[in-house]
Amino acid sequence: MTAAGLFHKLQQHVDPITANTTHIPMNPLLEVRHLVKTYKSLKAVDDVSFAIPEGICFGLLGPNGAGKTTTIEMMEGILSATSGQVYYKGSPRTGAFREEIGIQFQHTALLAFLTVRETLKTFQKLYHQTADIDSLLATCNLLDIQNQYNDRISGGQRQRLLLALALVNRPELLFLDEPSTGMDPQARRNLWDIVLNIKSQGKTIVLTTHYMEEAQLLCDEIAIMDYGRIIARGSVAELITKYCGEDAAGKSCAEANLETVFIKLTGRQLRE
Amino acid sequence: MRFKRLWAMFTARNLEFFRDRAAFGWNFLFPFLIIAGFGIVFGGKSFSEYKAGVFPVESPISIHHRVAIPEGFQSTRYVEFVGVPSLEAGLLLLKHHKIDLLIQQGPAPHAYWTNESSPKGYILEKMLIASLQPKDIGDLLSRQVFQGKEIRYIDWLFPGILGMNMMFSALWGVGYVVVRYRKNGVLKRLKATPLTAVEYLSAQMLSRIFLLMFTLIAVWIGCDAIFSFDVAGSYLDLAVVFFLGCLSLTSMGLVLASRGTSEEFTSGVLNFISWPMMFLSEVWFSIEGAPQWVKWIAGTFPLTHLLTAARKIMNDGAGLSDVMPELMILSAMTVVCLVIGASLFSWNE
Repeated sequence: MTAAGLFHKLQQHVDPITANTTHIPMNPLLEVRHLVKTYKSLKAVDDVSFAIPEGICFGLLGPNGAGKTTTIEMMEGILSATSGQVYYKGSPRTGAFREEIGIQFQHTALLAFLTVRETLKTFQKLYHQTADIDSLLATCNLLDIQNQYNDRISGGQRQRLLLALALVNRPELLFLDEPSTGMDPQARRNLWDIVLNIKSQGKTIVLTTHYMEEAQLLCDEIAIMDYGRIIARGSVAELITKYCGEDAAGKSCAEANLETVFIKLTGRQLRE
Repeated sequence: MRFKRLWAMFTARNLEFFRDRAAFGWNFLFPFLIIAGFGIVFGGKSFSEYKAGVFPVESPISIHHRVAIPEGFQSTRYVEFVGVPSLEAGLLLLKHHKIDLLIQQGPAPHAYWTNESSPKGYILEKMLIASLQPKDIGDLLSRQVFQGKEIRYIDWLFPGILGMNMMFSALWGVGYVVVRYRKNGVLKRLKATPLTAVEYLSAQMLSRIFLLMFTLIAVWIGCDAIFSFDVAGSYLDLAVVFFLGCLSLTSMGLVLASRGTSEEFTSGVLNFISWPMMFLSEVWFSIEGAPQWVKWIAGTFPLTHLLTAARKIMNDGAGLSDVMPELMILSAMTVVCLVIGASLFSWNE
C-alpha cells in the first residue's frame, strides 16, 4: 500500500473535528506539529498539527483571515513560527529543503525588465537540480510569450510564469497559494490541467484556494481552517458525508458539495 | 557562497538597469547636464560675482555702454551693472538682495545706497570708494601674480559632480530599489530559493559598483571631450579612489536597504542623508572657514573623503600615499556599513 493509500485508510477512522490535535500518517513528506503564530495580541495560527503524505494534493481551505497563508508560509520557512515544529521527510528542515520545494506565492512581483525566458533562467541558476527551460515553457503554455518582458504579460500569463518558477527546480513538494486568483475561467481551467499534470508525475502539492470547485477537483485531502485552527479534515467525500446530513437548508447528500460543507463549517458571516 | 547564484543575481540586476531606458539615460544625462551647465555659466567671461544697480536707466538690462558713474568703478571686473528705471525700483531690488548696491548716474557727487545686511554690498561699497582713490600705493603694497597653472572652477567642480552622481546612484539604486523589492514581494520570492542573504547582497553591491564605474567612465569621456579636464595626478590612482568611494557609498546604501517596506519612509531617510552630504561634502563649494562642528559632520560622510582624495589627485597631482588617510577612512566606512547592513538584513520585514 502506498503512503497516500495508507493515509486515506487511516483518515477514515479519524474524527475530523478532533483531528487538529494529532493524527500523523506513516512516512509523511511534511509534518507540522503544534504550530502557533502570534502577532502581538492576535493569534493567527493556534496549535495546528497535520501531516501530508507523499504524492497527494493537500488543500488548505478557509475564509479570509483564517490563517491559511500564515500556516503555509511557516511550512515553507518564509515565516518563523512562534512555537511548534515543521518536519520534512521526518527531520527538521535543513538548507536542502529549499532545493526541494517550489513555491507560488499569492502576491509576488517579478523583475520588470527581464523576459519570461530570462526570468526562468535566472531562477534556474539558483538551484542544483533544474528542469529543462523549454519543457517548462511548454508545460506552462509560455512558449508564445517567452521573449516578452514580465511587465508586458497578462494576469493569467503571469500566474503561469509564477507556476513555472515554482517548478524550475523539479521540486518534490510544491506550494500553491491561491494560484488561480484573478484568472478568467479559461485561464483557471488551463491552470487546473497543468496542476493535474504535475500531480500525475507524483509530486506532492499543498494548495490554498477560495474556489471550492478547484479544491474539489484537485485535492485528495482537505483541511478547513478558521480562526487559526483546523476545524475539519478529510477527503472531499468524507467531508461531504460527515456534514451534508446536518445541512440546515435540508439539501440531500447527493446535492451537497464542498462549498456546502465549507459554509456549514465557517458560516455565512463576512470576513475581512 | 555559490558563485553561480551570485552571478545570476548580478546579471539580472544589470539587465534591469540597462533596459530601463529612462533610468539608464538619466544616470548619464544628469551629471553631463550639470557639468555642461556650469561650464557654460562659469566658463565664459560674463561671470559676475557682484551686481550694482544704476538709475535712472530705462531698460532694466545689463549695461555694457559707458554711463555717468565713476569710470574706475564701472571698469571693475566681476561686477555686473544693471539698469534700474527709478530710485524706488532700485531700493526695492536692494531690499530683496537682487542687487548689492544702487548708484545714481550723473555728475559728481554720486549718490549711492547700500543694504546694511548685505555682505556683498559692503564689499562693493569698498570697491566703489577704492576706485576713486589715488593709484599711488606702491610703498604700501607689492603686487605678485600666481605663476602656476590655474585650476578652473569647472576642474574643481567636476569630481564633485561625479561624486554626487555616484552618491545618488548608490544610495537610491541600492537602498530604494531593495526596499521596493521587499515591499512588492521580489525578495520574499528569492528567500524561497537556496539563495543566501550574503549572495544576494554581494550581487547587488557588485552590480551597483560595476554600473557606477561604467557610468563614471562614460561621463568622464563625454565631459572631457568638451571641457578638456586636466588630471595632474595618475588616472589609475583616481580610479582607485573612485572605486573605494563607490564601495563605501554602496555599502551605505545596503544599510538603508537592510530593513523596511515603506518606500515613502526610505525616500525620506535617503533625502535626509543625501542632501546634507551634497552640501557639506564640498560638491559645490568649499566649507573652508565653516564652524568646526560643520566640518566634523562633513567628516562623517564618505563623499567628503572621496572628493578630498579625488581633488588632491586631479587638481594637485597627489599620489595614493598622499591620500592614504582618506582611503583608510573610506575602507573603514565600507567595512562598518557592510557589517551593519548584513546583520540587519531581512528578506521580508
